[in-house]
Amino acid sequence: MTELLQIEQLTHVYSPGTPFEKMAVDHVDLTVRSGEFIGLIGHTGSGKSTFIQHLNGLLKPTEGRVLIHGEDIHQSKEMTRAARFAVGLVFQYPEYQLFEETVYKDVSFGPKNMGLDKDEIDRRVRESCRIVGLDDGILKKSPFELSGGQKRRVALAGVFAMEPEVMVLDEPMAGLDPAGCADVFSYINAYHEKHGTTILFVTHSMEYAAQMARRIVVMDHGKILMDGTPREVFARAEELIAAGLDVPQITRVFLRLKAAGIDIDPAVYTVEQAAAALRALKEGVRPC
Amino acid sequence: MLKDITLGQYYPGTSPVHRMDPRTKLLSLILYIVTIFVVKGAIPYAVCVLAVMAAVWVSTIPAKMVLKSLKPIVIIVIFTGILNMLYTPGREIFRVWILKITAEGVTTALTMALRIVLLVSSTALLTYTTSPMALTDALESLLSPLKKIKLPVHEFAMMMSIALRFIPTLIEETDKIMSAQKARGADFETGSILNRAKALVPVLVPLFVSAFRRAEELATAMECRLYHGGEGRTRLHSLTYTRLDLIAGIIVAAVCGGAIALSIVL
Repeated sequence: MTELLQIEQLTHVYSPGTPFEKMAVDHVDLTVRSGEFIGLIGHTGSGKSTFIQHLNGLLKPTEGRVLIHGEDIHQSKEMTRAARFAVGLVFQYPEYQLFEETVYKDVSFGPKNMGLDKDEIDRRVRESCRIVGLDDGILKKSPFELSGGQKRRVALAGVFAMEPEVMVLDEPMAGLDPAGCADVFSYINAYHEKHGTTILFVTHSMEYAAQMARRIVVMDHGKILMDGTPREVFARAEELIAAGLDVPQITRVFLRLKAAGIDIDPAVYTVEQAAAALRALKEGVRPC
Repeated sequence: MLKDITLGQYYPGTSPVHRMDPRTKLLSLILYIVTIFVVKGAIPYAVCVLAVMAAVWVSTIPAKMVLKSLKPIVIIVIFTGILNMLYTPGREIFRVWILKITAEGVTTALTMALRIVLLVSSTALLTYTTSPMALTDALESLLSPLKKIKLPVHEFAMMMSIALRFIPTLIEETDKIMSAQKARGADFETGSILNRAKALVPVLVPLFVSAFRRAEELATAMECRLYHGGEGRTRLHSLTYTRLDLIAGIIVAAVCGGAIALSIVL
């Protein structure tokens, strides 16, 4: 895996020099390699939303740099624009950005801005709409007629169609019902499988982070608190709880079991692992 | 970028000027503005300038902030200054081609420029030290006698506070939508004026949609709590005059009265 994004000493201060001054991101270092699937966790105000807006150059760092393939995204105007297309950013509640008369036109907004030709735009629009499960009949409808869940899918398709190298999603499941969440989860996964795109998604739900991500980064007060595989991160469950964060429910159950004197490793984070661990315990063999 | 345009530009603090009742501040400002427009002569104006400087000093607002508020009016000040200088008849002191500059012209120009500067800096001091909400409350309270002639003063004040309340929200929303469209490659910074205006469509459509949605939600929320307007309604922050207001009122009245008296005597 090659290094795709390098974030060096990234710092962002809001309203410097006024009584409202606030350091949102505090000297963060992070390297993202090609093909990774990263979950970025932190509670409200931990700086995660500010952080991700630096990745495609929407915000300029107060200090530090962001490199894509080793090149600073603020070194020239062209480079910043290239970064916009290399890093696809899906904002929180992306359905509020829909504006076109038809779904088709809205999804093609991004690819059109990239200067692609008509056939390529058409291919991408149709393909990304298929990934998010929108059939051809919907393409001619106005996005304002659709339901909330469908709007969310249109907005996702709009960024999918740009085929970025890295996809950054800010709380992609926020405000959806459980079925809608599972759908969005599967679309992101399907897209990742199909294009091998690097994914970085922000969430405050430990359950989703545990299910989806292969690497978890925890942010707290503008700094990176932990960075590792889900297993490594959830092994430090006590620290997570101390930082005001949650752990997956199943991890909490195992922590209780351990506290109750049962000899068990609490670093589990999915129901399957839990089942395996319990079975192993019952049969008297420790899982490796 | 859009965050820099804060209406009312409230600068929080705990100085006596901040703690004064907004009604006292508003009335003081009106009195002060009347004063700077009626006085004549160098000494009364010196008093006015010193008064505003003293008020800024007491308010602990950095002088830099007050000067910043004067930046947008520099052109107006220069323009009115020059016009007054050229078109005031009187004793000629200088002549270039057909342009005649008179002693009276120079005096009028300086007076006008000074008046505008004082007007804007004193008003800026009010908006720096008073939150927009406090200002609308003060307006409502001061205009309440008009209720007697059936003017819906409370409704106007409510509309104003709602409008003020939602300006930052809408600015934030605009910022968010602009970022989202930029992330999809929208370009707001380059191209001809026509292209830039067109580039705003992807921002304006979602912004209008969300503004209407918010208005509806707010109306529903107010209905649900049986909101019915001014009659018999009590306030969370009721305005009360304190000793500070009495002292400040006396000082302002004394300074303004003094300046007017000086300009009559001299």
